[in-house]
Amino acid sequence: MEDVPLANKLLLLANVARLHSSIMAYSGAGQEVGKSCVVVSINGKRIMFDCGMHMGYDDHRRYPDFSLISTSGDFDSALDCVIITHFHLDHVGALPYFTEVCGYNGPVYMTYPTKALAPLMLEDYRKVMVDRRGEEEQFTADHISACIKKVIAVDLKQTVQVDKDLQIRAYYAGHVLGAAMFYAKVGDSAMVYTGDYNMTPDRHLGAAQIDRLQLDLLITEFINVAAGGKVLIPTFALGRARLVLTILLIQELCILLDDYWERMNLKVPIYFSAGLTIQANMYYKMLIGWTSQKVKETYTTHNAFDFKNVCNFDRSMIDAPGPCVLFATPGMISGGFSLEVFKHWAPSEMNLVTLPGYCVAGTIGHKLMSGKPTKINLDKDKQIDVRCQIHQLSFSPHTDAKGIMDLVKFLSPKHVILVHGEKPKMASLKERIQSELGIQCYVPANCDTVCVPSTVFVKAHASEMFFQSCLSPNFRFLNESSEDTSDSILERTNGKSRFQVTDERVAEGILVMEKSKKARVVHQEELLLMLGEKQHEVQVAYCCPVHVDNLDEARRDHISADDVLGLSNKCSWLQQLFTELTTDFPGWNIQNLGEHLQVESFHVSLCWKDDCPYRIIDSPRKKLAAVFFCCTWSVADGKLAWQIISTMEKCRLTVQNLNQNTD
Amino acid sequence: MKFTCLNKGNGFHLPPCYVLHVSGFRILLDCPLDLSALTVFSPVPADFCPSLLDESSNCSFHESLNMESKSAKRHKIEKPLDAKDLIYAEPWYKTLKNLHIWDPSFIDIVLISSTMGMLGLPFLTRSKGFSAKIYATEATARIGQLMMEDLVSMHMEFRHFYGSEESDSPQWMKWEELELLPSFLREMAIGQDGSELGGWMPLYSSVDVKDCLQKVQKLKYAEAACHNGALVIKALSSGLDIGSCNWTVESPEGNISCLSSSIFVSACAMEFDYRALQGADLILYLDFSSEDVIEDVEHHDNYSSPTTNNLSTLSDEDNWKELNECLLRNDESIEESKKLAFICSCVVDSVKAGGSVLIPLSRLGIVLQLLEQIPISLESSAVKVPIYVISSVAAELLAFTNIIPEWLSKLRQEKLFSGEPLYSHIELMKGKKLYVFPAIHSPNLIANWQEPCIIFAPHWSLRLGPIVHLLRRWCGDRNSLLVLEDGLDADMALLPFKPIAMKVLHCSFLSGIRMTKAQPLLKILQPKIVMFPEVLKQQINVSKLNSHSFSVLYYNENETLDIQSFKDNVDLEISTNLANRFCWRKLVQNNMDVTRLEGQLLIDESKHWLVSGNKVSDTSQNRPLLYWGLLDMGKLLTILSKMGISGSIEQGLNDAESDSVGIIQIHGPNKALIEVRATRTVITAPDENLAALIFEAISTLLDGI
Repeated sequence: MEDVPLANKLLLLANVARLHSSIMAYSGAGQEVGKSCVVVSINGKRIMFDCGMHMGYDDHRRYPDFSLISTSGDFDSALDCVIITHFHLDHVGALPYFTEVCGYNGPVYMTYPTKALAPLMLEDYRKVMVDRRGEEEQFTADHISACIKKVIAVDLKQTVQVDKDLQIRAYYAGHVLGAAMFYAKVGDSAMVYTGDYNMTPDRHLGAAQIDRLQLDLLITEFINVAAGGKVLIPTFALGRARLVLTILLIQELCILLDDYWERMNLKVPIYFSAGLTIQANMYYKMLIGWTSQKVKETYTTHNAFDFKNVCNFDRSMIDAPGPCVLFATPGMISGGFSLEVFKHWAPSEMNLVTLPGYCVAGTIGHKLMSGKPTKINLDKDKQIDVRCQIHQLSFSPHTDAKGIMDLVKFLSPKHVILVHGEKPKMASLKERIQSELGIQCYVPANCDTVCVPSTVFVKAHASEMFFQSCLSPNFRFLNESSEDTSDSILERTNGKSRFQVTDERVAEGILVMEKSKKARVVHQEELLLMLGEKQHEVQVAYCCPVHVDNLDEARRDHISADDVLGLSNKCSWLQQLFTELTTDFPGWNIQNLGEHLQVESFHVSLCWKDDCPYRIIDSPRKKLAAVFFCCTWSVADGKLAWQIISTMEKCRLTVQNLNQNTD
Repeated sequence: MKFTCLNKGNGFHLPPCYVLHVSGFRILLDCPLDLSALTVFSPVPADFCPSLLDESSNCSFHESLNMESKSAKRHKIEKPLDAKDLIYAEPWYKTLKNLHIWDPSFIDIVLISSTMGMLGLPFLTRSKGFSAKIYATEATARIGQLMMEDLVSMHMEFRHFYGSEESDSPQWMKWEELELLPSFLREMAIGQDGSELGGWMPLYSSVDVKDCLQKVQKLKYAEAACHNGALVIKALSSGLDIGSCNWTVESPEGNISCLSSSIFVSACAMEFDYRALQGADLILYLDFSSEDVIEDVEHHDNYSSPTTNNLSTLSDEDNWKELNECLLRNDESIEESKKLAFICSCVVDSVKAGGSVLIPLSRLGIVLQLLEQIPISLESSAVKVPIYVISSVAAELLAFTNIIPEWLSKLRQEKLFSGEPLYSHIELMKGKKLYVFPAIHSPNLIANWQEPCIIFAPHWSLRLGPIVHLLRRWCGDRNSLLVLEDGLDADMALLPFKPIAMKVLHCSFLSGIRMTKAQPLLKILQPKIVMFPEVLKQQINVSKLNSHSFSVLYYNENETLDIQSFKDNVDLEISTNLANRFCWRKLVQNNMDVTRLEGQLLIDESKHWLVSGNKVSDTSQNRPLLYWGLLDMGKLLTILSKMGISGSIEQGLNDAESDSVGIIQIHGPNKALIEVRATRTVITAPDENLAALIFEAISTLLDGI
């Protein structure tokens, strides 16, 4: 064959181009939230996973370098789809810019909650940028709504056929409401991109859930965060403190608080500073089905997002006496209502201010987190004393190294790529994945391209007869001696010997390639039909002499030896041979079929023909003391057959009737 | 594949029921309950009030009633039906006659396409030997559960009245009693030939419902469930009602789409996702909804005549677009919303005249729309009356509809994305315009009670539930209004409440695919085979159907059709590990390349996979196992002599004779013999080596693999 068309298909590669690595956030004072944006090309399809924004930059560096995808700017032909894993800005922040400014018009997929909540996040961010800094906006409010309109919302586990070849599916990631890991499959190659996920279930969001999939590649986020949110609770219990929680969209915490309040029977009110958070709460109520099973089940009696202790906050309440909890925006205390409250509450050491995981440089939030300022300049001539406690919150659960190891082990992909983490920690995890799990692991740098081979199955039509032959059982019966110590139930009940049945079915067939026809798998008999030929059987035959101890004696005593050697001994010799062979070939299924014995294709029966053509005997002496067994077998079983022959030539049979007669 | 239509059903409330036998699995599609048959029973008698009656009076009352009705029946004169003709007993429930003869242990899979198709499920799951896996969408399972729980709770009223029954067959089921029934009722109860009597069952308990739900695997939208590796089962919205779906079954035999009653443009439920059914090999057309609909001929031609002529001249893309536009034309939804508007106006009229309005709680989608539109109508005509929803599960049902955006129409989903509640009933409840009570005797309802009012209550059969008491209250009021959905014999249903002065508004809603759209739909879906109901043959243009690329098979109720194969070829996916070991052999004469293939056959995701098994092929030794062709003895001798083996032809092969034998004697290095026939060669050699050498020589001369 000059060209092997099958072989070509095996060379396809999946190219993984990572546009931007993200730098770890949330550790100590160094705040920098990275952005996620990974482009994968898999069997010719290109998918962008996440389209995040870097909160640490103000200039063009805040967006991924989209020119790496397409220099001409024709993103529609460069990408088949964009998939967003969850609503955090480092995963969705650059999307309006990409669709509205860069002009990407192809499909964008995200889960229902992400589609509902992402615009809130984007709008809030846009406002902060524009209002506070008077920056020239990168995208407008209209851009956001136009962008979100293009988004196709998906349910968890929903199998979405993006086009004829590309299939995607979301799995529960348990990170924030609506967070999903995405599975993508093109042809026989499949991969999972995790986004942020959480492997330990908490009160209201379960742990990530994914099927055991056949994967060529797993791209997993690696963010290591010290859990912090719950630490807050004891502080609240003091009951004296008033605190401002300047957090955006932290409904998870609300549930926690509401729940805690109920258990502790606390009467301290929880307030929302209206606006965004109330609105977000509306979404959460409708999306309760996306939380953990436990929260979900309570939707009628008490929707967990119908906070009993939560009410709207009024400006007049700022200086009202008594403790309270207030959720206020914007989260970075960059202006607006949270700044107003902060001015009033900061001077008292009884109060606590809790800040979100990240604050843009230049905001009060940022100043509060970097060091412990006692005074903060509001503007040139205004200054406030800061005596209140400051607590930094990092709430959204991310996964840790153990979680990643668990996921990688569970999915057992052929390759792993780690993204979104600190270099040294990722390197050590990479080592662990490679040494402990034996899976090839990559830690690509910014804009690196990683290539991994993709799985390809060779496709062929197969005949009904082929399938039938595969399904026919291939039983092997084994008698194992009692010495074999095994804890099988069969053995224990039987006590002495164990009977073992195996059914290892081997599918055998013939692959036929004809010019301009699809490859076909047929049964070998069908091949002959196709060729119009008959099988030509090639057999080996051997008429084998077997020594009989008292044969001469028997011949002497009886005039006609054949009388004695007739019927009864025919059976008994075959039986004796059968006994010999079963002891010598324990692993084989030797059958005694009365007239002959059969092992695989090896067939043996007594031969009375003096001129048997298959008898090649040199010594006549041997002939006298022996009976002949005619053996035939097909060449495939040659090895076994010759072993049996050599056993037969060595063994000794007896004439039994003779003994009986002499008795 | 085998396909049996057990029952073609009857409208929205009784979906059809099927058995499908594919790739070794028996699949039951839907397990409904004929609740319209409940009308043979009398509702709980009028004077009965559960809280007031004590046991003794209850009994005597029951007895006297029985006596009375019996004497009346004995006259045996066929006169118009009277309320007294109805069966006064604790109702039993009618399952489908063709289903109850099936052995439940034979069923491997149950697919539920709508809440209505689920109501008979506990009868099946509690039966002995039932071990099938049940699949339903999350929304259907939840709503279905609520419907069943409501049924059980409403039925309790009968239990209280008649006392708990002990005998296996109640009095009314005895033949002599059935004989006494007026022929119309008798036919409803036992069918024309009496065969349906076995379908009656005492209602399941709430424990049965719970057990049943535990056996249901709840699927997300378009979630691919892999059953035993061999089948991939998926639910795609049908648009009929919230959570209702069309099932697709991918099997090694081919892909099957079960096309149940579907609605293209739906106001509440997620729209009919017909594009996802594209590419199926076989479509089971299971929508009987247009059976009794006589369609306007002019309307019918709307698509077929003028457009089809144009279609041939259009490019494929335009053609495609046009077909899609035809399907998604919103004429249906406009019609439906007109109907709703009309109901609203009737409601307002009644209320204005001082009457109350009673709306049976039946189709969830319709009820939700009415709950939204009636308050608007009331407001616009400046009428203030309360709306009550009375059902043991109403609160939960309404709450549930607000948390399943994934199963709602695009329009409703927009509400989610703009942060509005999916349905306005929560706001209405907060605004004290809408009240939800679990039962008619709820203390809060009594405290709140205000007439006139608008009430949504079960059950649509008018035999059980709060609606019975409310109907009795208002049936004599000419200003009151009852909204009744078609599909129920209204005379029969209203029999216990006669004489009726209140207005009855009959309305029918779209409950499936219009025949005019069936044809373009099938054209878009491009299956290989369509199974189509014989009874609809008249309505669809057969000649046009046949002109398409697919073939149409017609089926009848209770008739098994055997479809030999609807997929030309079964595919096999061969792993590259195996492919790398291929040893190709070129067959010059036949111009083909062949190789042996050995591995382990797996079935997963409804595909066949051949992967390298545990056993590495050591037996084949890269040596062919199959030979064909004739052995040329002369050539064999030449080759043997090259190998140092001498021999001679002792007996030539006679080509003319089919059983002739050729013999080659081998003289050295040892004595051996080769026996050659047309299809068989036998080597006889004293040792393994020589045999192997001879075989090698032979194998060069024969074709083989």
